[in-house]
Amino acid sequence: MKAPLSWILDHVDVPAGTTTEEITDRLTLTGLKLEAIESPGRDITGPLVVGRVLTMEPEPQKNGKTINWCTVDVGDANGTGEPQGIVCGAHNFEPGDLVVTVLPGGVLPGGFAIGARKTYGHLSAGMICSAAELGLGDDHDGIIVLPADAGAPGEDVRPLLGLDEETIEFEINPDRAYALSIRGIAREVLVSVEGASSFRDPVLRDTPPADDAGHPVVVEDAEGCPVFVARRVSGFDPTAPTPDFMVRRITAAGMRPISLAVDVTNYVMLETGRPIHGYDADKVRGAIVVRRARDGERLKTLDGTERSLDPGDLVVTDDSGIIGLGGVMGGETTEISDSTTSVLVEAAHWDAVSMFRTGRRHRITSEAGKRNERGVDPTVCEAAADRVVELLVEHGGGQADPGVTVVGTAPTMPVIEVPGDLAARVSGMSITEEQSIACLRAVGCDVAGSATLAVTPPPWRPDLTDAQDFSEEVIRLVGYDKVPSVLPTPPSGRGLTRSQQLRRRAGRTLAGEGFVEVVNFPFVGVADLDALGLTADDPRRDLLQLSNPLSAEAGFMTSTLLPGILRAAGRNVGHGTTDVAIFETGTVTLPRHSGPAAILPVDRRPTEEEFAALDAALPAQPLHLAVVAVGDAVAGGWWGEPRPVVWSDAVEAVRSVAAALGLEVTASSVELAPWHPGRCAELSVEGEVIGHAGEVHPTVCKAFGLPKRTVAAEVDLDLLIARSVHLRQAPSFSSYPVAKEDVALVVDASVPAADVESALREGAGELLESIRLFDVFTGDQVGEGKKSLAYALRFRAPDRTLKEGEAAAARDAAVALAAERTGAVQRA
Amino acid sequence: MSGPNTDYDPVEVTPLKADQVEAMREAALAAIAAAPDLDALKQVRIDHAGDRSPIALANREIGALPPQARKDAGQRIGQARGAINQALAARQVVLEAEHEERMLAEETVDVSLPTTRRRPGGRHPITLQSELIADLFVAMGYEVAEGPVVEAEWLNFDALNLGPDHPARTMQDTFWTEPADHHVVLRTQTSPVQARTMLTRKPPIYVVCPGRVFRTDEYDATHSPMFHQVEGLVVDEGITMAHLKGTLDHFASQLFGDGITTRFRPSYFPFTEPSAEVDVKCFVCRGVESDACRTCRGEGWIEWGGCGVVNPRVLVACGVDPEVYSGFAFGMGIDRSFMFRHNLEDLRPLFEGDVRFSSAFGTEI
Ligand SMILES: [Zn+2]
Repeated sequence: MKAPLSWILDHVDVPAGTTTEEITDRLTLTGLKLEAIESPGRDITGPLVVGRVLTMEPEPQKNGKTINWCTVDVGDANGTGEPQGIVCGAHNFEPGDLVVTVLPGGVLPGGFAIGARKTYGHLSAGMICSAAELGLGDDHDGIIVLPADAGAPGEDVRPLLGLDEETIEFEINPDRAYALSIRGIAREVLVSVEGASSFRDPVLRDTPPADDAGHPVVVEDAEGCPVFVARRVSGFDPTAPTPDFMVRRITAAGMRPISLAVDVTNYVMLETGRPIHGYDADKVRGAIVVRRARDGERLKTLDGTERSLDPGDLVVTDDSGIIGLGGVMGGETTEISDSTTSVLVEAAHWDAVSMFRTGRRHRITSEAGKRNERGVDPTVCEAAADRVVELLVEHGGGQADPGVTVVGTAPTMPVIEVPGDLAARVSGMSITEEQSIACLRAVGCDVAGSATLAVTPPPWRPDLTDAQDFSEEVIRLVGYDKVPSVLPTPPSGRGLTRSQQLRRRAGRTLAGEGFVEVVNFPFVGVADLDALGLTADDPRRDLLQLSNPLSAEAGFMTSTLLPGILRAAGRNVGHGTTDVAIFETGTVTLPRHSGPAAILPVDRRPTEEEFAALDAALPAQPLHLAVVAVGDAVAGGWWGEPRPVVWSDAVEAVRSVAAALGLEVTASSVELAPWHPGRCAELSVEGEVIGHAGEVHPTVCKAFGLPKRTVAAEVDLDLLIARSVHLRQAPSFSSYPVAKEDVALVVDASVPAADVESALREGAGELLESIRLFDVFTGDQVGEGKKSLAYALRFRAPDRTLKEGEAAAARDAAVALAAERTGAVQRA
Repeated sequence: MSGPNTDYDPVEVTPLKADQVEAMREAALAAIAAAPDLDALKQVRIDHAGDRSPIALANREIGALPPQARKDAGQRIGQARGAINQALAARQVVLEAEHEERMLAEETVDVSLPTTRRRPGGRHPITLQSELIADLFVAMGYEVAEGPVVEAEWLNFDALNLGPDHPARTMQDTFWTEPADHHVVLRTQTSPVQARTMLTRKPPIYVVCPGRVFRTDEYDATHSPMFHQVEGLVVDEGITMAHLKGTLDHFASQLFGDGITTRFRPSYFPFTEPSAEVDVKCFVCRGVESDACRTCRGEGWIEWGGCGVVNPRVLVACGVDPEVYSGFAFGMGIDRSFMFRHNLEDLRPLFEGDVRFSSAFGTEI
């Protein structure tokens, strides 16, 4: 809400010398937060004065334009008292007119500095200004001609044009809808600013009594429209201009001046908070009927949009059909135009919930709707309509018709029981009951009783419904800044959960391994999954769809972190970072196709079953971990050659995390997008698949702007954490000597090393302490389609020194089992 | 002189004569002293103390002497050999030390060479900021509560006193999911975690919930469709606004520095009543001579978040008896807190994944 300060001060007095900042500081502390103080003349500096045009000589130019060479009397403002010579391109004035003159040294909005300059063969010393040049709207039809009695040449023109007017912009919270009006803000000034007094309520006026002579109105839905007031002004001059003060105030408040009739309704809305609608009375056919719309009805609203209406919409109709969407927007057929001479003024109170629903349904945001859906004082309809009639008559030359239609009565406010000590209990301050009562009365409440107060909120406060609401009113007037600072004493906590600790540990482990964490949006599109090369039946194609995504290309919640992290890696490479190792942890969304999630009652706790059903209706959202690496894993330098990233770096990253959680990962070959078909590891812990790692398919690399040999992994971190070893057993070591045996085995190239190792392990028996694959090679010595695996085995007994030949026998047993299981042949 | 003693004289054996032995000893000692290095000394040892050295050969002749002469000759030879061995050992020590000194000198490296083989990793600053905040509250005895980001509409709105026709619902531009009648949203705030906490724990409740939230805001320097919040919830007997103020003052001083306090301004949130906006005193200018301060734009205070006393309606919907318990709740933007704490003016680097950004913060902030 933007409110011109002069308008506010028309309705309340503040002590002399109170600055605008003092007022806004206080209002901010009591709940109307200052957004900005604006002044239209803020960007104008230097001499801007009244000038009287003494002479003007039109001079046609070669370019076809005609300029006027003028002399202008600017009094003593130019220091000499001599007329000022100014070239002016406008023609809408004549000698004798008073104009707005900016003299050399002045600066206009946009940093436009004025000097004396040679132009069109004259020395032009200053400028005669248009409204647009002063930042007062975009009217370019010539310069401003001031009224003949505006002032003497040389006088500062700012006060005359309202350029020194300050406008305060407030942030208005939903519970302070009354402050969407000068009336409401002036009332806040009264209760907030020390020494403020003499509140002059703009709706406190004598209104003519209702009679039967007014325009006939029938309200069929009294719940939707409890009060409907209709007044009429006839003989109105449609060409009558809107007075300057009104244009300035409406403009300052952020609305566009349109015509006197429309501007008056807006002006009264801003002043009283009550939205008003004006109809061209000659276009209204017969009685007005207010009702709910019927299925299939349509209306073309003032904004030119054809709307199909919902049975929940409140409509205003006449004999011709629907003429307006009640409280939200009028229709085109009865719109006020530049030939309107009779205005039918509607001031009606509308049900706020209906207003909210209609606004949302039709996506209409209007100044009227904004107020109606937040709740307006229902008692001010007659006064607001009367104020509109008064202004139309005063400035438009019409007459008020004697008929006054008033249908319905304003709903009464409920009486609410409020414990007298509630504000004290809620705030932790020592607020007495007397203080509470005084504060409540200050904001307009009617208070009776003691200990338990019977409080009736004022009609402009529909937000005050619960006892606790009144405590806020008391505490904000006592002062939020007076609330003491006291630390509560929580019971002993249990610290982070194990899962929370382990998630941190996973991140620290990867950072220690040289990976940098990234955070990506979880939105994904089908094209992203195509880019990953997922098959048509890949379960990761089952996505939760967003109804209102920001972009059609990313209309789903992702089921995998890979598109986001691959794209992030691609951006890094694009920025010239050739060696990139990144990781991300985040939840993915896996639809369960259950639901719906019920809208439960709020007047009681849900049952355990209801609460469990809510959770069951949501998609699974496991926490995933993904890594991507590209470029060199180890940089080259004086120590040697660089070591490029290879598929196993992705596996190792996962193994590091698993090891940090006390888990061992096994890997086996699998074909899965987006990985290289021959370089993808399915990773398992204790037989359960936890994810995949390996080299990314070259086509996928290309799609994400990454070089070939990029590697990636994605695992379910929740699964890892669930299996993490909590209490690790203390190890015991044998102090007897170790016996070492090496074996080299030749197997088919297709045999997984992991199978060979597990056969060796099993065959070696209990004496085996450790086994390590220390070499893998292929080539002529091994034979086509074969590979050689060299293992170092260490044997040791816990309780004795091994006997001669004991280790060799265990080794032979190991080799024998490997031969049996995998066809391994020991190399000589 | 090998072979049998053909020149047999039981009394006189030439090599055993005192002057002969003395000459051997002198020759050996001179050779030892002259040996320039360990290799040379090795040769000297062979030549003058080895099995075929003159003195070793002379020693063999002792048996040829008559018994009365053997003792003298033996003594003479023994003393000479002792002196030679001693000199060898001493020279060995000296030469070894010289050798080691020379070797170490040769192994000198340039320790100023670069040593970084692998680029350092780092954690995301928002992760670090979330953990730091969580730790501040855990230190006070709070626990960290969590919940899903794809959330039931009822938990995100209705349970928090945001009914279907509440105007405040339009203040939070919500991502809805299909099918629309399933009432599932991307949570617009971390508050549903508060509802979940009250539904699953008995008071006293002291929790913080950091997490991701979503709004349909176009992505620009100050808006993001995904951002991070931390909310706190306390439900206990006798909880007041003063406890809220005390907690946030403590939080502010822990996060931004000693002496940094908060200011409350009346506001509106459906789940709290009374409600307040929280401003934190500018930790750069501390509100003194703030006109030129970029962090607070000259106001001396920085908008930090929202808070209030838990609305009794919310307690009822979440199964807490408002006659017995009261509570407070607060919520702050983690990204926002990070931005002004670390002087970041555009939030987009947080979500671009540029390793140059995150790695600047290492693993702790
Ligand atoms: Zn500052």
